[in-house]
Amino acid sequence: MSEDGKKKASYNVPIGPIHPALKEPCLFNFKMNGEVVEEADFAPGQAHRAIEWMGMRRNPVQIVHLTDRICGICGVSHTLTFARCVEQIAEIEVPERGHYVRTIIAEYERIQSHLLWAGVAAHELGFDTLFHLCWRIREESMDVIEYLTGNRVNYAIIQVGGVRRDFTEDQFPRIEKSLKYYEDLVGKMLKLFLEDKTISLRSKDCGVLSYDDALQLCCVGPTTRASGVNMDVRQDAPYAAYGDIDVTAVLPDVYGGGINGDVYDRIVVRLFEVVQSVGIIRQCLDQMPVGEVLWEKKYPKILAACKKAVGEASASVEAPRGECFHYVRMNGKPEPEAWKVKASTYSNQLAWLKMVTGEQLADLPIIVASIDPCMSCTDRVAVVRNGKRDVLTKEELHRLSVEKTRRLMQ
Amino acid sequence: MKLSKAFSRSLWAFHFNSGSCNGCDIEVVATLTPRYDPERFGVKLVGSPKHADVLVVTGPVTHKMAPRLKRVYEQMADPKVVMVVGSCGSSGGVFYDSYNLDGPVDEVIPVDVYVPGCPPRPEGVIYGVVQAIAKLERLESEQ
Repeated sequence: MSEDGKKKASYNVPIGPIHPALKEPCLFNFKMNGEVVEEADFAPGQAHRAIEWMGMRRNPVQIVHLTDRICGICGVSHTLTFARCVEQIAEIEVPERGHYVRTIIAEYERIQSHLLWAGVAAHELGFDTLFHLCWRIREESMDVIEYLTGNRVNYAIIQVGGVRRDFTEDQFPRIEKSLKYYEDLVGKMLKLFLEDKTISLRSKDCGVLSYDDALQLCCVGPTTRASGVNMDVRQDAPYAAYGDIDVTAVLPDVYGGGINGDVYDRIVVRLFEVVQSVGIIRQCLDQMPVGEVLWEKKYPKILAACKKAVGEASASVEAPRGECFHYVRMNGKPEPEAWKVKASTYSNQLAWLKMVTGEQLADLPIIVASIDPCMSCTDRVAVVRNGKRDVLTKEELHRLSVEKTRRLMQ
Repeated sequence: MKLSKAFSRSLWAFHFNSGSCNGCDIEVVATLTPRYDPERFGVKLVGSPKHADVLVVTGPVTHKMAPRLKRVYEQMADPKVVMVVGSCGSSGGVFYDSYNLDGPVDEVIPVDVYVPGCPPRPEGVIYGVVQAIAKLERLESEQ
């Protein structure tokens, strides 16, 4: 309310689709009253590349490499989910060692993805030193991934029926070295993120998602765990080698601060999941059985088995952002008859609307980033929407965010 | 290549994601962070195309992003260089037969430097930047 008693007219602030803070195209529209968000809406679909449509014109051995390109950050999760679907339909049994290799690489992916996110989160708060530190630490996991798979991104290691490369004993010391590196750094990272006054001021009670809302909106992954929902595919429906391994969902009370469902809790969950991943990799190395890693070495034989397969299957994998779900139907042809991908951000993005309502404009970058959105995973169907838009540049928004940090520090 | 002139005014880049899988985008950011640190040479990302010398485009350009890519390109001041990072922006790559693409990038805006790879390594991105600097110097000397 303004001084003369008249209600201030609300106004719209569109953000995106080009907005380096988002890293990916997505259009947001916020209805603002002064500094406070009254209503939020968003239009995804800018990164729609018709991957499912292309997949239905290729065979499963080709599609595993297409699934890598659904998302450059969580490629293994999509590849693994798709391979699990096809393996169920064609009744292909993955060798035990193949499961362990899959688990190790999936956990390395989680480490690099969470560190990437932690860096982006620090950047959104105007804490660029921490952003650069996180990305430097992340390079260690990228090095190991490159050492093990040959690629830094889009590893192309998973094949229908197992994995394309085995990890040999002489590679273990390098893996062990990286695990030690992360274990030594954990204390420092926890102190930097969780005890820092600036980060606490900006992230506590900011972008709250309640337990009930998280359940009603069917949120997944760290977003829902930060709201106290005890859910993790690795724990609830183990796949790969997780059945043999001790995994429990990480909830924010692990740090002793209770469960509030705010941005701070999402930081807590992700940091402790990095610690958990290091433990899982170590367990895998200890228990790794000997043997083959691929059901059949000759790819034409894998393809022949896929061609004969008739049936349908679905599979879920706990990607770094949450549950990643694929559905495949095969009908005795090389190409799948149907393929549906539901990525984790698809489930999480509706939570934005709850989180941002009532928050200030300057808090938007960190709230939007807090679910670790991945539009390239999510944009399965293009949404057509008309409307005039103007772009609030990243610089302006970032400046607002940095100014708020400064105000709080004074 | 005579470095001195270009480095008297450091190279600023604007990053445009035209529907990429994120692989190239994180490699672009990885290039900018401490391991490689091109900011030593004044190379950095800026938030507005109006401030940029180089437009770094990732992704195969979806229908929705094509008009925006053109708009961002037009907003950049001359002399400018366009650098495509990734195979899908250079040729369509793994997405070659998709129905939703207007790309590759050179069918939407003129491109000067191609960095192939899915995704290219940070060293590849840096090499592309060096090529962009050389091109920028040539454009400047022509002006």
